Amino acid sequence: MDRHFFEELDSLKKELLNMGSLVEEMVGIAVKALVEHDADLLETIRQNEARVNRLQVDIDEYCLKLIALHQPTASDLRFLLGISKINAELERVGDHAANICKGISVILEKEQIKPFIDMPQMVDIVGSMFRESLHAFVNLDVDKARTILLRDDQVDQLRYKIIQELVDLMKKDPGTVETAVCLILTANSFEKIADHATNIAEVVIFVAQGKDVRHHFEDPLL
Amino acid sequence: MDNSAPGIHNKIEIIDLDLYYGQFQALKSVSMTVGGNNIVGLIGPSGCGKSTLLRSINRMNDLIEGVKIKGRVLLDGVEVYGSKMEIYELRKRVGMVFQRPNPFPLSVFDNISFGLRVEKSYNRKKISAIVEKSLRAAWLWDECKDKLHESALTLPLDQQQRLCIARLLAVEPEVILMDEPCSALDPIATMKIEELMMDLKKNYHIVIVTHNMQQASRVSDLCGYMLLGEMVEFGRTSDIFTNPRDNRTQDYITGRYG
Repeated sequence: MDRHFFEELDSLKKELLNMGSLVEEMVGIAVKALVEHDADLLETIRQNEARVNRLQVDIDEYCLKLIALHQPTASDLRFLLGISKINAELERVGDHAANICKGISVILEKEQIKPFIDMPQMVDIVGSMFRESLHAFVNLDVDKARTILLRDDQVDQLRYKIIQELVDLMKKDPGTVETAVCLILTANSFEKIADHATNIAEVVIFVAQGKDVRHHFEDPLL
Repeated sequence: MDNSAPGIHNKIEIIDLDLYYGQFQALKSVSMTVGGNNIVGLIGPSGCGKSTLLRSINRMNDLIEGVKIKGRVLLDGVEVYGSKMEIYELRKRVGMVFQRPNPFPLSVFDNISFGLRVEKSYNRKKISAIVEKSLRAAWLWDECKDKLHESALTLPLDQQQRLCIARLLAVEPEVILMDEPCSALDPIATMKIEELMMDLKKNYHIVIVTHNMQQASRVSDLCGYMLLGEMVEFGRTSDIFTNPRDNRTQDYITGRYG
Protein backbone atom coordinates (compact mmCIF):
# COMPACT_ATOMS: atom_id res chain seq x y z
CA MET A 1 0.00 0.00 0.00
CA ASP A 2 1.42 3.42 -0.86
CA ARG A 3 1.91 6.52 1.28
CA HIS A 4 -0.93 8.15 -0.61
CA PHE A 5 -3.41 5.63 0.84
CA PHE A 6 -2.30 6.32 4.42
CA GLU A 7 -2.71 10.05 3.81
CA GLU A 8 -6.21 9.38 2.51
CA LEU A 9 -7.01 7.39 5.70
CA ASP A 10 -5.82 10.34 7.79
CA SER A 11 -7.90 12.76 5.83
CA LEU A 12 -10.97 10.52 6.15
CA LYS A 13 -10.43 10.35 9.91
CA LYS A 14 -10.28 14.15 10.04
CA GLU A 15 -13.58 14.39 8.14
CA LEU A 16 -15.22 12.03 10.64
CA LEU A 17 -13.84 14.03 13.56
CA ASN A 18 -15.22 17.21 11.97
CA MET A 19 -18.58 15.55 11.86
CA GLY A 20 -18.07 14.35 15.44
CA SER A 21 -17.40 17.87 16.71
CA LEU A 22 -20.51 19.21 14.96
CA VAL A 23 -22.63 16.49 16.56
CA GLU A 24 -20.89 17.02 19.91
CA GLU A 25 -21.88 20.69 19.70
CA MET A 26 -25.47 19.65 18.95
CA VAL A 27 -25.56 17.34 21.98
CA GLY A 28 -24.08 20.15 24.10
CA ILE A 29 -26.85 22.49 22.92
CA ALA A 30 -29.49 19.87 23.72
CA VAL A 31 -28.04 19.45 27.23
CA LYS A 32 -27.91 23.23 27.73
CA ALA A 33 -31.46 23.65 26.45
CA LEU A 34 -32.72 21.20 29.05
CA VAL A 35 -30.55 22.19 32.01
CA GLU A 36 -30.55 25.95 31.49
CA HIS A 37 -34.01 26.22 29.89
CA ASP A 38 -32.46 27.89 26.88
CA ALA A 39 -33.99 27.03 23.49
CA ASP A 40 -32.52 29.96 21.56
CA LEU A 41 -29.89 27.78 19.94
CA LEU A 42 -32.33 25.96 17.66
CA GLU A 43 -30.97 27.76 14.60
CA THR A 44 -27.44 26.46 15.28
CA ILE A 45 -28.90 22.95 15.60
CA ARG A 46 -30.59 23.29 12.20
CA GLN A 47 -27.40 24.49 10.53
CA ASN A 48 -25.31 21.73 12.08
CA GLU A 49 -27.87 19.10 11.11
CA ALA A 50 -27.65 20.07 7.44
CA ARG A 51 -23.82 19.93 7.52
CA VAL A 52 -23.86 16.59 9.35
CA ASN A 53 -26.21 15.11 6.74
CA ARG A 54 -23.90 16.29 3.96
CA LEU A 55 -20.83 14.88 5.73
CA GLN A 56 -22.56 11.53 6.25
CA VAL A 57 -22.98 11.10 2.50
CA ASP A 58 -19.46 12.37 1.71
CA ILE A 59 -17.78 10.11 4.28
CA ASP A 60 -19.57 6.98 3.05
CA GLU A 61 -18.61 7.85 -0.51
CA TYR A 62 -14.99 8.34 0.59
CA CYS A 63 -14.98 4.94 2.40
CA LEU A 64 -16.43 3.21 -0.65
CA LYS A 65 -13.82 4.79 -2.90
CA LEU A 66 -10.90 3.76 -0.66
CA ILE A 67 -12.17 0.18 -0.30
CA ALA A 68 -12.70 -0.17 -4.06
CA LEU A 69 -9.40 1.39 -5.11
CA HIS A 70 -7.04 0.05 -2.45
CA GLN A 71 -8.60 -3.24 -1.28
CA PRO A 72 -7.45 -2.70 2.31
CA THR A 73 -6.95 -5.61 4.72
CA ALA A 74 -6.63 -6.24 8.47
CA SER A 75 -6.42 -3.06 10.61
CA ASP A 76 -6.99 -0.77 7.59
CA LEU A 77 -10.11 -2.67 6.57
CA ARG A 78 -11.44 -2.64 10.14
CA PHE A 79 -10.69 1.07 10.35
CA LEU A 80 -12.69 1.83 7.19
CA LEU A 81 -15.61 -0.35 8.29
CA GLY A 82 -15.43 1.39 11.68
CA ILE A 83 -15.53 4.85 10.11
CA SER A 84 -18.58 3.89 8.05
CA LYS A 85 -20.39 2.54 11.13
CA ILE A 86 -19.53 5.52 13.34
CA ASN A 87 -20.64 7.79 10.52
CA ALA A 88 -24.14 6.30 10.69
CA GLU A 89 -24.17 6.49 14.52
CA LEU A 90 -23.19 10.18 14.48
CA GLU A 91 -25.92 11.09 12.04
CA ARG A 92 -28.52 9.44 14.30
CA VAL A 93 -27.14 11.26 17.36
CA GLY A 94 -27.50 14.55 15.45
CA ASP A 95 -31.14 13.70 14.70
CA HIS A 96 -31.85 12.93 18.36
CA ALA A 97 -30.19 16.18 19.47
CA ALA A 98 -32.37 18.11 17.01
CA ASN A 99 -35.51 16.31 18.24
CA ILE A 100 -34.61 17.05 21.86
CA CYS A 101 -34.27 20.78 21.11
CA LYS A 102 -37.58 20.88 19.27
CA GLY A 103 -39.27 19.07 22.18
CA ILE A 104 -37.73 21.36 24.77
CA SER A 105 -38.88 24.48 22.97
CA VAL A 106 -42.43 23.10 23.35
CA ILE A 107 -41.85 22.21 27.03
CA LEU A 108 -40.52 25.69 27.84
CA GLU A 109 -43.67 27.31 26.50
CA LYS A 110 -45.67 25.43 29.17
CA GLU A 111 -45.68 25.69 32.92
CA GLN A 112 -43.09 23.49 34.61
CA ILE A 113 -44.85 20.40 35.98
CA LYS A 114 -42.11 19.21 38.32
CA PRO A 115 -38.54 20.09 39.22
CA PHE A 116 -35.95 18.20 37.14
CA ILE A 117 -33.77 15.99 39.34
CA ASP A 118 -33.01 12.73 37.58
CA MET A 119 -33.15 14.22 34.07
CA PRO A 120 -30.12 16.55 34.49
CA GLN A 121 -28.19 13.66 36.03
CA MET A 122 -29.01 11.40 33.09
CA VAL A 123 -28.25 14.13 30.56
CA ASP A 124 -24.90 14.76 32.20
CA ILE A 125 -23.93 11.07 31.94
CA VAL A 126 -25.13 10.87 28.32
CA GLY A 127 -23.18 13.99 27.31
CA SER A 128 -19.99 12.65 28.83
CA MET A 129 -20.50 9.13 27.37
CA PHE A 130 -20.84 10.64 23.91
CA ARG A 131 -17.80 12.92 24.26
CA GLU A 132 -15.69 10.08 25.60
CA SER A 133 -16.76 7.72 22.82
CA LEU A 134 -15.30 10.18 20.32
CA HIS A 135 -12.12 10.56 22.37
CA ALA A 136 -11.83 6.76 22.54
CA PHE A 137 -12.05 6.66 18.76
CA VAL A 138 -9.43 9.39 18.25
CA ASN A 139 -6.86 7.42 20.27
CA LEU A 140 -8.33 3.94 19.65
CA ASP A 141 -8.43 3.73 23.45
CA VAL A 142 -9.95 0.34 24.28
CA ASP A 143 -9.94 0.88 28.07
CA LYS A 144 -11.93 4.07 27.73
CA ALA A 145 -14.32 2.35 25.29
CA ARG A 146 -14.96 -0.45 27.77
CA THR A 147 -15.82 2.01 30.57
CA ILE A 148 -18.44 3.58 28.28
CA LEU A 149 -20.10 0.19 27.78
CA LEU A 150 -20.46 -0.18 31.55
CA ARG A 151 -22.30 3.15 31.95
CA ASP A 152 -25.15 2.38 29.57
CA ASP A 153 -27.14 0.46 32.22
CA GLN A 154 -27.03 3.47 34.55
CA VAL A 155 -28.69 5.60 31.84
CA ASP A 156 -31.35 2.94 31.23
CA GLN A 157 -32.19 2.88 34.95
CA LEU A 158 -32.48 6.69 35.18
CA ARG A 159 -34.70 6.78 32.11
CA TYR A 160 -36.98 4.15 33.64
CA LYS A 161 -37.20 6.13 36.87
CA ILE A 162 -38.00 9.39 35.02
CA ILE A 163 -40.75 7.72 32.98
CA GLN A 164 -42.29 6.08 36.09
CA GLU A 165 -42.46 9.44 37.87
CA LEU A 166 -44.03 11.14 34.85
CA VAL A 167 -46.60 8.35 34.44
CA ASP A 168 -47.56 8.75 38.13
CA LEU A 169 -47.86 12.49 37.61
CA MET A 170 -50.12 12.04 34.56
CA LYS A 171 -52.36 9.65 36.49
CA LYS A 172 -52.78 12.20 39.27
CA ASP A 173 -53.21 15.26 37.04
CA PRO A 174 -54.30 14.76 33.40
CA GLY A 175 -53.44 18.42 32.76
CA THR A 176 -49.76 17.49 32.79
CA VAL A 177 -50.07 14.94 29.98
CA GLU A 178 -48.88 17.17 27.11
CA THR A 179 -45.70 18.30 28.89
CA ALA A 180 -45.07 14.88 30.45
CA VAL A 181 -45.23 13.14 27.04
CA CYS A 182 -42.74 15.67 25.66
CA LEU A 183 -40.44 14.98 28.60
CA ILE A 184 -40.73 11.22 28.10
CA LEU A 185 -39.79 11.61 24.43
CA THR A 186 -36.84 13.81 25.46
CA ALA A 187 -35.66 11.21 28.00
CA ASN A 188 -35.97 8.54 25.31
CA SER A 189 -33.88 10.61 22.88
CA PHE A 190 -31.12 11.08 25.46
CA GLU A 191 -31.18 7.38 26.20
CA LYS A 192 -30.82 6.67 22.46
CA ILE A 193 -27.78 8.95 22.33
CA ALA A 194 -26.24 6.83 25.10
CA ASP A 195 -26.97 3.72 22.98
CA HIS A 196 -25.18 5.30 20.01
CA ALA A 197 -22.21 6.23 22.22
CA THR A 198 -22.13 2.59 23.32
CA ASN A 199 -22.19 1.46 19.70
CA ILE A 200 -19.29 3.81 18.89
CA ALA A 201 -17.34 2.36 21.84
CA GLU A 202 -17.99 -1.16 20.50
CA VAL A 203 -16.69 -0.08 17.09
CA VAL A 204 -13.53 1.31 18.74
CA ILE A 205 -12.84 -2.10 20.32
CA PHE A 206 -13.47 -3.80 16.96
CA VAL A 207 -11.17 -1.44 15.08
CA ALA A 208 -8.38 -1.65 17.66
CA GLN A 209 -8.48 -5.36 18.48
CA GLY A 210 -10.67 -7.07 15.88
CA LYS A 211 -13.02 -8.25 18.66
CA ASP A 212 -16.78 -8.02 18.18
CA VAL A 213 -18.28 -7.27 21.61
CA ARG A 214 -21.80 -6.45 20.40
CA HIS A 215 -24.72 -8.17 22.09
CA HIS A 216 -22.39 -9.48 24.81
CA PHE A 217 -21.06 -12.28 22.58
CA GLU A 218 -17.78 -11.38 24.19
CA ASP A 219 -17.82 -10.23 27.81
CA PRO A 220 -16.77 -6.55 27.67
CA LEU A 221 -15.11 -6.89 31.07
CA LEU A 222 -12.62 -9.47 29.80
CA MET B 1 4.08 -23.01 16.86
CA ASP B 2 1.40 -25.66 16.25
CA ASN B 3 0.37 -25.10 12.66
CA SER B 4 -1.97 -28.07 12.29
CA ALA B 5 -5.66 -27.87 11.61
CA PRO B 6 -7.44 -29.92 14.29
CA GLY B 7 -9.51 -32.92 13.27
CA ILE B 8 -8.22 -33.03 9.70
CA HIS B 9 -6.09 -35.82 8.26
CA ASN B 10 -2.74 -34.28 7.47
CA LYS B 11 -1.63 -35.07 3.94
CA ILE B 12 1.63 -33.22 4.40
CA GLU B 13 3.32 -32.44 7.68
CA ILE B 14 6.39 -30.24 7.82
CA ILE B 15 8.07 -30.29 11.21
CA ASP B 16 10.89 -27.97 12.29
CA LEU B 17 12.39 -27.79 8.83
CA ASP B 18 15.75 -26.06 8.46
CA LEU B 19 17.24 -25.64 5.00
CA TYR B 20 20.66 -24.23 4.13
CA TYR B 21 22.03 -23.15 0.76
CA GLY B 22 25.71 -23.50 1.69
CA GLN B 23 26.14 -21.18 4.71
CA PHE B 24 22.88 -19.33 4.11
CA GLN B 25 19.91 -20.54 6.13
CA ALA B 26 16.82 -20.22 3.90
CA LEU B 27 14.31 -21.96 6.20
CA LYS B 28 14.35 -21.67 9.99
CA SER B 29 12.46 -24.30 11.93
CA VAL B 30 9.39 -24.10 9.71
CA SER B 31 6.33 -26.16 10.60
CA MET B 32 3.16 -26.43 8.55
CA THR B 33 0.46 -28.95 7.68
CA VAL B 34 -1.64 -29.45 4.60
CA GLY B 35 -4.87 -31.42 4.86
CA GLY B 36 -8.58 -31.50 4.14
CA ASN B 37 -9.97 -29.78 1.07
CA ASN B 38 -7.97 -26.69 1.84
CA ILE B 39 -5.88 -24.60 -0.50
CA VAL B 40 -2.83 -23.45 1.41
CA GLY B 41 -1.35 -20.10 0.37
CA LEU B 42 2.18 -18.98 1.17
CA ILE B 43 2.90 -15.26 1.10
CA GLY B 44 5.88 -13.11 1.99
CA PRO B 45 8.42 -10.76 0.44
CA SER B 46 10.95 -11.95 -2.14
CA GLY B 47 13.63 -14.18 -0.68
CA CYS B 48 11.59 -15.08 2.44
CA GLY B 49 11.79 -18.81 1.68
CA LYS B 50 8.26 -19.53 0.48
CA SER B 51 9.36 -21.08 -2.84
CA THR B 52 12.12 -22.98 -1.05
CA LEU B 53 9.51 -24.38 1.36
CA LEU B 54 7.24 -25.35 -1.55
CA ARG B 55 10.08 -27.01 -3.41
CA SER B 56 11.17 -28.95 -0.35
CA ILE B 57 7.82 -30.79 -0.38
CA ASN B 58 8.69 -32.69 -3.58
CA ARG B 59 12.45 -32.48 -3.15
CA MET B 60 13.05 -30.07 -6.01
CA ASN B 61 15.79 -28.49 -3.89
CA ASP B 62 17.80 -31.72 -4.14
CA LEU B 63 18.90 -30.54 -7.57
CA ILE B 64 20.66 -27.51 -6.10
CA GLU B 65 24.26 -27.96 -5.06
CA GLY B 66 25.17 -27.35 -1.42
CA VAL B 67 21.68 -27.80 -0.03
CA LYS B 68 21.48 -29.15 3.51
CA ILE B 69 18.17 -30.09 5.12
CA LYS B 70 17.28 -30.77 8.75
CA GLY B 71 13.83 -31.50 10.13
CA ARG B 72 10.99 -33.60 8.73
CA VAL B 73 8.63 -33.53 5.78
CA LEU B 74 5.99 -36.26 5.87
CA LEU B 75 3.65 -37.30 3.08
CA ASP B 76 0.84 -39.46 4.49
CA GLY B 77 3.11 -40.06 7.48
CA VAL B 78 6.08 -41.27 5.39
CA GLU B 79 9.35 -39.35 5.50
CA VAL B 80 9.84 -37.52 2.19
CA TYR B 81 13.58 -37.40 2.85
CA GLY B 82 13.70 -40.99 4.11
CA SER B 83 15.10 -44.03 2.33
CA LYS B 84 11.64 -45.50 1.71
CA MET B 85 10.61 -42.60 -0.51
CA GLU B 86 11.27 -43.06 -4.23
CA ILE B 87 11.87 -39.66 -5.86
CA TYR B 88 10.07 -40.70 -9.05
CA GLU B 89 7.06 -41.84 -7.04
CA LEU B 90 7.17 -38.68 -4.89
CA ARG B 91 7.15 -36.30 -7.87
CA LYS B 92 4.28 -38.25 -9.41
CA ARG B 93 2.26 -37.91 -6.23
CA VAL B 94 3.31 -34.31 -5.65
CA GLY B 95 3.16 -32.40 -8.92
CA MET B 96 4.30 -28.87 -9.56
CA VAL B 97 3.12 -25.92 -11.64
CA PHE B 98 5.68 -23.22 -12.31
CA GLN B 99 5.65 -19.45 -12.75
CA ARG B 100 5.87 -19.57 -16.53
CA PRO B 101 3.97 -22.28 -18.38
CA ASN B 102 6.49 -24.88 -19.53
CA PRO B 103 4.81 -27.16 -22.07
CA PHE B 104 7.11 -29.56 -23.92
CA PRO B 105 7.71 -28.66 -27.58
CA LEU B 106 5.28 -31.39 -28.54
CA SER B 107 1.63 -31.56 -29.52
CA VAL B 108 -1.13 -30.94 -26.96
CA PHE B 109 -1.90 -34.67 -26.94
CA ASP B 110 1.72 -35.72 -26.51
CA ASN B 111 2.23 -33.23 -23.68
CA ILE B 112 -0.57 -34.83 -21.69
CA SER B 113 0.31 -38.41 -22.57
CA PHE B 114 4.05 -37.96 -21.92
CA GLY B 115 3.95 -39.09 -18.29
CA LEU B 116 1.67 -42.01 -19.14
CA ARG B 117 3.98 -43.30 -21.84
CA VAL B 118 6.89 -43.20 -19.40
CA GLU B 119 4.93 -45.71 -17.36
CA LYS B 120 4.36 -47.84 -20.50
CA SER B 121 1.45 -49.61 -18.84
CA TYR B 122 -1.31 -47.98 -20.88
CA ASN B 123 -2.65 -48.85 -24.32
CA ARG B 124 -3.50 -46.18 -26.91
CA LYS B 125 -7.25 -46.24 -26.20
CA LYS B 126 -6.72 -45.82 -22.48
CA ILE B 127 -4.23 -42.99 -23.09
CA SER B 128 -6.75 -41.14 -25.30
CA ALA B 129 -9.38 -41.47 -22.58
CA ILE B 130 -7.00 -40.08 -19.94
CA VAL B 131 -5.95 -37.17 -22.21
CA GLU B 132 -9.61 -36.19 -22.66
CA LYS B 133 -10.37 -36.57 -18.94
CA SER B 134 -7.36 -34.47 -17.95
CA LEU B 135 -8.12 -31.72 -20.46
CA ARG B 136 -11.72 -31.63 -19.28
CA ALA B 137 -10.62 -31.42 -15.63
CA ALA B 138 -8.41 -28.45 -16.54
CA TRP B 139 -11.32 -26.87 -18.48
CA LEU B 140 -9.32 -27.04 -21.67
CA TRP B 141 -11.15 -29.72 -23.64
CA ASP B 142 -13.55 -27.42 -25.50
CA GLU B 143 -10.72 -25.06 -26.47
CA CYS B 144 -8.29 -27.81 -27.52
CA LYS B 145 -10.31 -30.78 -28.76
CA ASP B 146 -9.80 -29.70 -32.39
CA LYS B 147 -6.10 -28.98 -32.04
CA LEU B 148 -4.87 -31.98 -30.08
CA HIS B 149 -2.13 -32.59 -32.59
CA GLU B 150 -0.98 -29.00 -32.91
CA SER B 151 2.05 -27.77 -31.03
CA ALA B 152 1.30 -26.82 -27.43
CA LEU B 153 3.54 -23.80 -27.88
CA THR B 154 0.94 -22.19 -30.20
CA LEU B 155 -1.62 -21.97 -27.37
CA PRO B 156 -2.18 -18.66 -25.51
CA LEU B 157 -0.34 -18.40 -22.18
CA ASP B 158 -3.29 -19.17 -19.92
CA GLN B 159 -4.15 -22.25 -22.00
CA GLN B 160 -0.50 -23.31 -21.82
CA GLN B 161 -0.65 -23.01 -18.03
CA ARG B 162 -3.87 -25.03 -17.89
CA LEU B 163 -2.23 -27.56 -20.22
CA CYS B 164 0.60 -27.91 -17.67
CA ILE B 165 -2.03 -28.51 -14.99
CA ALA B 166 -3.79 -31.07 -17.23
CA ARG B 167 -0.39 -32.76 -17.78
CA LEU B 168 -0.08 -33.11 -14.01
CA LEU B 169 -3.61 -34.43 -13.59
CA ALA B 170 -2.97 -37.18 -16.16
CA VAL B 171 -0.56 -38.95 -13.79
CA GLU B 172 -3.10 -38.64 -10.95
CA PRO B 173 -1.15 -36.69 -8.35
CA GLU B 174 -2.39 -36.25 -4.78
CA VAL B 175 -0.83 -32.86 -4.14
CA ILE B 176 -0.36 -29.94 -6.54
CA LEU B 177 2.29 -27.35 -5.73
CA MET B 178 1.93 -24.04 -7.54
CA ASP B 179 4.80 -21.56 -7.61
CA GLU B 180 3.32 -18.20 -8.64
CA PRO B 181 1.22 -19.87 -11.34
CA CYS B 182 -0.44 -16.65 -12.53
CA SER B 183 2.41 -14.16 -12.45
CA ALA B 184 2.81 -14.35 -16.24
CA LEU B 185 -0.93 -14.13 -16.90
CA ASP B 186 -3.37 -11.25 -17.40
CA PRO B 187 -6.34 -10.78 -14.99
CA ILE B 188 -8.83 -12.79 -17.07
CA ALA B 189 -6.42 -15.69 -17.53
CA THR B 190 -5.63 -15.45 -13.80
CA MET B 191 -9.33 -15.68 -12.98
CA LYS B 192 -9.62 -18.85 -15.08
CA ILE B 193 -6.71 -20.49 -13.24
CA GLU B 194 -8.17 -19.45 -9.88
CA GLU B 195 -11.56 -20.91 -10.79
CA LEU B 196 -9.81 -24.10 -11.86
CA MET B 197 -8.00 -24.24 -8.50
CA MET B 198 -11.29 -23.91 -6.62
CA ASP B 199 -12.63 -26.81 -8.68
CA LEU B 200 -9.52 -28.96 -8.23
CA LYS B 201 -9.35 -28.51 -4.49
CA LYS B 202 -12.26 -30.95 -4.10
CA ASN B 203 -9.98 -33.77 -5.24
CA TYR B 204 -6.43 -32.55 -4.71
CA HIS B 205 -4.40 -30.90 -1.99
CA ILE B 206 -3.07 -27.59 -3.30
CA VAL B 207 -0.28 -25.39 -1.99
CA ILE B 208 0.27 -22.09 -3.78
CA VAL B 209 3.05 -19.54 -3.48
CA THR B 210 1.96 -16.12 -4.62
CA HIS B 211 3.18 -12.55 -4.57
CA ASN B 212 -0.34 -11.38 -5.18
CA MET B 213 -1.96 -10.97 -1.79
CA GLN B 214 -5.42 -10.52 -3.27
CA GLN B 215 -4.94 -13.88 -4.96
CA ALA B 216 -3.96 -15.50 -1.66
CA SER B 217 -7.02 -14.01 0.02
CA ARG B 218 -9.32 -15.05 -2.85
CA VAL B 219 -8.28 -18.66 -3.29
CA SER B 220 -6.63 -19.97 -0.13
CA ASP B 221 -8.37 -21.38 2.94
CA LEU B 222 -5.24 -21.44 5.07
CA CYS B 223 -2.41 -19.02 4.69
CA GLY B 224 1.17 -18.76 5.92
CA TYR B 225 3.18 -15.55 6.11
CA MET B 226 6.92 -16.07 5.84
CA LEU B 227 9.71 -13.62 6.57
CA LEU B 228 13.47 -14.20 6.47
CA GLY B 229 13.01 -17.97 6.42
CA GLU B 230 10.57 -18.06 9.33
CA MET B 231 6.90 -19.00 9.31
CA VAL B 232 5.71 -15.90 11.16
CA GLU B 233 2.05 -16.83 11.17
CA PHE B 234 -0.03 -19.68 9.78
CA GLY B 235 -3.80 -19.80 10.09
CA ARG B 236 -7.17 -19.35 8.46
CA THR B 237 -6.93 -16.91 5.56
CA SER B 238 -10.00 -15.06 6.80
CA ASP B 239 -8.24 -14.43 10.13
CA ILE B 240 -4.90 -13.49 8.57
CA PHE B 241 -6.52 -10.86 6.35
CA THR B 242 -8.88 -9.38 8.93
CA ASN B 243 -7.11 -9.73 12.25
CA PRO B 244 -3.59 -11.15 12.07
CA ARG B 245 -1.99 -12.10 15.39
CA ASP B 246 1.52 -10.95 14.59
CA ASN B 247 2.41 -7.31 13.92
CA ARG B 248 4.86 -8.37 11.20
CA THR B 249 2.00 -10.04 9.29
CA GLN B 250 -0.15 -6.95 9.83
CA ASP B 251 2.60 -4.69 8.44
CA TYR B 252 3.10 -6.88 5.39
CA ILE B 253 -0.51 -7.33 4.35
CA THR B 254 -1.39 -3.68 4.93
CA GLY B 255 1.63 -2.63 2.85
CA ARG B 256 3.59 -1.07 5.71
CA TYR B 257 6.48 -3.53 5.32
CA GLY B 258 9.80 -2.21 4.06
